[in-house]
Order: sequence, then C-alpha cells, then structure tokens
Amino acid sequence: MIITEHISKRFGNQQVLRDIHITCRPGACIALIGPNGSGKTTLIKSILQMVIPDSGKVIFQGEDITGQWAYRAKIGFMPQMTRYPENMCIGEVISMMIDIRKDQKNLDEELIEQYHLKEIYHKRMGTLSGGMRQKVGACLAFLFQPDILILDEPTAGLDPLSSEILKQKILKEKARGKSTIISSHVLSELDEMITEVIYMQDGQVLFQKTLEDLKQETQEVKLSKMISKIIA
Amino acid sequence: MNKIYKHVIADIIRNRIVLFYTLILLLASLSVFSLEDTSSKGLLSMLNIILMIVPLVCLIFSTIYMYNSTEFIELLLSQPLQRNAIWWSLFIGLMTSLGLAFFVGAGIVILIFEPSFLGLMLVICGLLLTFIFTAIALLAAVLTKDKAKGIGLSIILWLFYAIIFDGIVLFMLFQWADYPIEKFMIFISMLNPIDLARILILMQMDVSALMGYTGAIFKDFFGTTGGIAISFTTLILWVMIPFMCSLRYFKKKDL
Repeated sequence: MIITEHISKRFGNQQVLRDIHITCRPGACIALIGPNGSGKTTLIKSILQMVIPDSGKVIFQGEDITGQWAYRAKIGFMPQMTRYPENMCIGEVISMMIDIRKDQKNLDEELIEQYHLKEIYHKRMGTLSGGMRQKVGACLAFLFQPDILILDEPTAGLDPLSSEILKQKILKEKARGKSTIISSHVLSELDEMITEVIYMQDGQVLFQKTLEDLKQETQEVKLSKMISKIIA
Repeated sequence: MNKIYKHVIADIIRNRIVLFYTLILLLASLSVFSLEDTSSKGLLSMLNIILMIVPLVCLIFSTIYMYNSTEFIELLLSQPLQRNAIWWSLFIGLMTSLGLAFFVGAGIVILIFEPSFLGLMLVICGLLLTFIFTAIALLAAVLTKDKAKGIGLSIILWLFYAIIFDGIVLFMLFQWADYPIEKFMIFISMLNPIDLARILILMQMDVSALMGYTGAIFKDFFGTTGGIAISFTTLILWVMIPFMCSLRYFKKKDL
C-alpha cells in the first residue's frame, strides 16, 4: 500500500514532478506509463527515497516514510538501465546482497535458476551486456520475497524468451497477492498483467484508472488502443 | 553497517593502486633511512615525503573511488539501509585501507629506524593526514556531480594546502614583518593540516632554533604538552568537520 501525497520535485529550473497524488492498493498491478521525461523514474525514485521530494510525502503501509529506511525491506526494486559495481562478478553482487539482508531467510531463487545465472556467476558485471544486467536486476528484485515490486522498464533490453520468463514471474507473484508497479513503454506486454493504469505527462498525473473503467470508457480490448483513444 | 564496510575494504584492497601506493611508500622509506647516515636526517626526508605524497594520493584516490562507487551506492540505497550507514561505511572503508597502506609502507619502517616519541608522532601525523584528506575527498566528490570537476576540485585543494597556502603565509610574514604577528601565525597554521603537521614534527626535532624569533614563539606553544594536545585536537577536527559536512550533504542528495 503506497500513497503519494502532493509530491513535487524540481531539478534546477526544471519542474519534474508537480503535485503527484497516486494510490497503490494491496494486490494491485499498476502500469506507470507516459512519454519520455514525464517523471516516471523520478516518481519511483522518490518512493524509494533515492530522490528526496521538495514537498509532499509518501505513505507506505500507513506510515510516512520521510527519514525512514526499514520499509525498503518490503520493496523489490529493479532499476532502469541497471548499473552495478563493475569490478564485482555476478556471484559476488548476489552474495553481497544476501549478506546485507541476512535477516531475510526465505529467498526466492526461482529467477536465478530460470535464467541459469549460476553458470555465469564468475563473470564481471562490467563485461556483461545490458540484457544480462537486466536479468541480474530482475533476480535481485524478486530475491527477498518483497510485498511490493517496483519495476522500472523491466523488459527493456531483454530477449523475448527472457522477458516472457519475467512476465510469468510477475503474474505468479500477482496471484500471490503482491502489489506491483511497472513502468514500461511496451504497452502490448502489459495487457495481461495489469489492473490499473497511471498516465503521466510533464510531471503530472493525467489519470489513474482501473483497466475495467478504461475498457468501458473506450470500448477497446488493447491497452495501446485505449490509451491512444483517451489521449486523443 | 559493518557488513557494508567489509565489502568496501575487500574491494579497495583488491585494487592494485593501493598496493602500488604501499610499495612506493615502502621503497621510499627504506631507501631514505638506509641512505642517510643519521636517522634524524632520514626522518626529515620522510617528513617531506609524507607531507606531499600522502595528501595527494588520499585525495585523488578517494575522489575517484567515490565516483566509481556511484553504482554501488545506488544499489545499496534501494536496500533497507540508512544513508548514514552507507556513507560512514565508505568513509571507514577508505580510511582503513589507506591508513593500512600508509602504516605498512611507511609507519613500520619509521618505527623500526626511529623508535622514539618523534617517530611515533610522525606516524600518527601521517595517519591523521590520510584521514583528513580522505574526508576532504568525500566532500569534494559529494559536492560535484561531474567526475572531471570533482577530481579537478581535489587537485586544486591539494595545490592550495601543499603549496599556495605557504605562499600566502610567506607573503603575510614579509608584508607585516614589523608587527608582532607571531601568535597570529600559530592560529593561521591551524587552518592548514599539512602545515600544522609539519610544525608539530619540526618542533620536536630541535631545528626550531634555525627559525629565529617565530621559531621561539612556536616552540613555546607547539613544544608544550598543551600545545601538542590542541594541535592534535585541531587535526581530529580537520577529519570530522569535512566528513560531517559531506554526510549532511549526502543525506539530501538526489541519485
């Protein structure tokens, strides 16, 4: 359960977020969409406090997160264009994360197995391709069984087979009642996963609607058609 | 917190540059002490090496390391860790490994050839300079987002503390040679950790007689236990103040 209340953020003379108000209910699977530079990543980063908003607050499971940090244990985050310490190998990154999160006993290594990561544990992060790094990011996001998944363009750079594996994993976690926020530009792959849509433009939320409402409003089946109808 | 700094130290120790730095210090200290016939001459040469090399290496290495850790910091920030803990771990990790490099490379050799209060003081000053310039590097790295600017800033800072500051002091001494500014000079020397360390060591070496009246005033201050205590406190403040500033800034930084 995440609520953002009147979040605003300014980078220099550019207003990136203007009075953002969104709600993420438990069990919801939200698609965060919008053109490039509309503030999606900044919004996600302010939920994680990687970016500190100028005003407004984020409520996570009923509590204001300002100055808090323990709540991040419940979030699995997969960043966009994942970057990792270049001179560490995959195995080291993963075992370091497990070491940092020692209290978390119940690990979910399903993706690590499906992506056959163990076979390339010795490879250095700096030598990996973008898609391989995305896979490591995906594995880390799911590893600690978080309540909420925040995925920032998860399938960008992944081959079709791997992105299908990731999609099935997201669906599986959704069936277990976990909330998910996915930001993506590939609307066609969101169709079967999501329950709600948040559309952002110029740092503002244009609308937050459930998929059912959108369907009734537009009489369309495909998400991409719905969005283009609403925007036009 | 200790979990992260363990990983930081492991990462730095694997870095060949720190190993290289240790070897250079070891080579310099061994050759200095075996070439000079008296150990006090060797100590004087060591002092000059420490005052120039240690701040430079600590500043540049730490600044570059901080920029290269951007990804590491981003990765840690998405985990349930306090920003405080992340920054402290990086600082402690850098201090431990650079301090260790100095101690192995120069400290042990100095203590073997000059097992006295003076030798000990030189080692402590070297370690404090390591910590001070690591803290200053952290501040330079957190203040500028651009890597080239950050490294440029730390080079300028080194130039300032190692060379320009002395120029300003000399200029002041000549300009106001007719006025009694010796006590004021004690205060001025507190503003530069390199100078402070240099004066502290020189005052223990009985060469202050060569420095005339200023030397006598300095001896009165830096030669006493109280003066030494105040100087070391100032050096420790030089570690804490830049670090605390960088920590404050890091807590509010957007990544």
